[in-house]
Amino acid sequence: METFSKLRADFPILDQEVNGEPLVYLDNAATAQRPTPVLKQLMHFYQTDNANVHRGVHTLAERATADYEAARRTVQAFINAAKPEEVVFTKGCTDALNLVAATYGEANIEAGDEIVISIAEHHSNLIPWQQLAKKKGATLKYIGLTDEGELDMAQARELITDKTKLVAIAHATNVLGTVNPIKELAELAHAHGAVLVADGAQAVPHMPVDVQDLDADFYAFSGHKLMAPTGIGVLYGKAALLEAMPPYQYGGEMIGEVHRQESTWAPIPYKFEAGTQNIAGAVGLAAAIDYLNQLGMEQVAAHEQKLVDRLLPQLAQIPEVTVYGPHDPAKHTGVVAFNLGHLHPHDLATALDMEGIAVRAGHHCAQPLMEELGVPATARASFYIYNSLADVDRLVAAIKKAKEFFRIGTGETK
Amino acid sequence: MGLEKLNNLYREVILDHAANPHNKGKLAAATHQIILNNPTCGDVINLQINLDDQERIKEVAFTGEGCTISQASASMMTAAVKGKKKEEALKMAKTFSDMAIGKDHPQADLDALGDAQVLTSIMEFPARIKCATLAWWALQRALLQESDED
Repeated sequence: METFSKLRADFPILDQEVNGEPLVYLDNAATAQRPTPVLKQLMHFYQTDNANVHRGVHTLAERATADYEAARRTVQAFINAAKPEEVVFTKGCTDALNLVAATYGEANIEAGDEIVISIAEHHSNLIPWQQLAKKKGATLKYIGLTDEGELDMAQARELITDKTKLVAIAHATNVLGTVNPIKELAELAHAHGAVLVADGAQAVPHMPVDVQDLDADFYAFSGHKLMAPTGIGVLYGKAALLEAMPPYQYGGEMIGEVHRQESTWAPIPYKFEAGTQNIAGAVGLAAAIDYLNQLGMEQVAAHEQKLVDRLLPQLAQIPEVTVYGPHDPAKHTGVVAFNLGHLHPHDLATALDMEGIAVRAGHHCAQPLMEELGVPATARASFYIYNSLADVDRLVAAIKKAKEFFRIGTGETK
Repeated sequence: MGLEKLNNLYREVILDHAANPHNKGKLAAATHQIILNNPTCGDVINLQINLDDQERIKEVAFTGEGCTISQASASMMTAAVKGKKKEEALKMAKTFSDMAIGKDHPQADLDALGDAQVLTSIMEFPARIKCATLAWWALQRALLQESDED
């Protein structure tokens, strides 16, 4: 806990008052804050090495290329990909998932095929498959949840059949705070000849991830949720799959040879990196990964677990609070969605904001899940490395104040 | 500081309208109808209006769901425009939208808004402006929609 409390000094943005109260930032599932070392690395890149990559013979171009490719190897090591060329830089997680749908999906999904996802997917791991299925005449099937809010694996075993060509599931969910058994799902998908696409947006920033151990065929995540700049993300794909896939976009950098009527493509990963990429973003992503590696991902996960262990029992003490997802802290990541009585979460979020506490309120880009839960929206608090037990207590105190202000649970409405 | 500031937004009259909304429900028939939603938050309003021969709002009703502010605003809006002529109602919608973003208006325009003028305090809460303006946008869109078709 002590190592983590010292980290706050690296995040000047956290040291401010919001509405007259010290800021407690609990919207990390939306985006994390950037530490000074990441910002310094960006500044260093722009002030000393900046040039376009892979196409210059001058020294700066050489250095920028070296930085960009070093970032790829940093990502490779971080998620334990077998080869650096299995790491494709993208705009973000959404872009990475769309890439798979537009290339692998376009080439391999046919009429009558089935795509299996879960009801708890973020829209970015839902709409690409929904639209692909519509276009191809394939069927999109949804794995439901158990009463505890976990993925219903019994149903998964029924739904994933020889008709299934692709299974796309979040590694960690962005509302329920659950971790899905990707390894087991990959095994199941592979047994039926399907590929497994994992959305790692809420997992990679928070826990150790080993794509080879998971045996995921594709694994996508964003940089900004792990303290890198916005606009950089990663698609991991097994080399053999990436090699067989058509390009995503056409333009500079992704070509082998271009003739008047024909073109050939660069080898992976460059085939999928058309145009000037977010070079500084990749450098910033590597800096953020270095920052996390200094802490150790096991320790990051343990730190967030302590915060959830503190929060859930306190919320359980407030009868009007409904927590969505597992109530057992051991089964819960640092993402906690909740409602206070019949108060709309926007009203709750405004009340918390007046106390200096930043939470998200809304459908969290998971409308089919909201429908499944029978609520229009929820509030959501989500932790990261710089949050403390004191932040958890501030949140609970503010929820109690909001409960009093709106006279929730008194039988009268304010 | 803290929750005391909330009193500026959640005045008693607003909470009253949210808890006991006026004109909530459906009309048997309507000359003007619109469903408007705010996709970023999921608030939705289904607004129905009946204009008489003199273009006066004879009946108005809404259904929908959303936060305290959006529900109170819809209730206040319908209460304010009922019995008003179409042109008056459109002027009120303009006054409200302008006020929500901090533009000044003559006191007489504000008085015409009735209870709804209290919601112009929403400009102190920029993240919630859309919650308050949704009902007034719906009114404007519903009334103008028809004249577009004329």
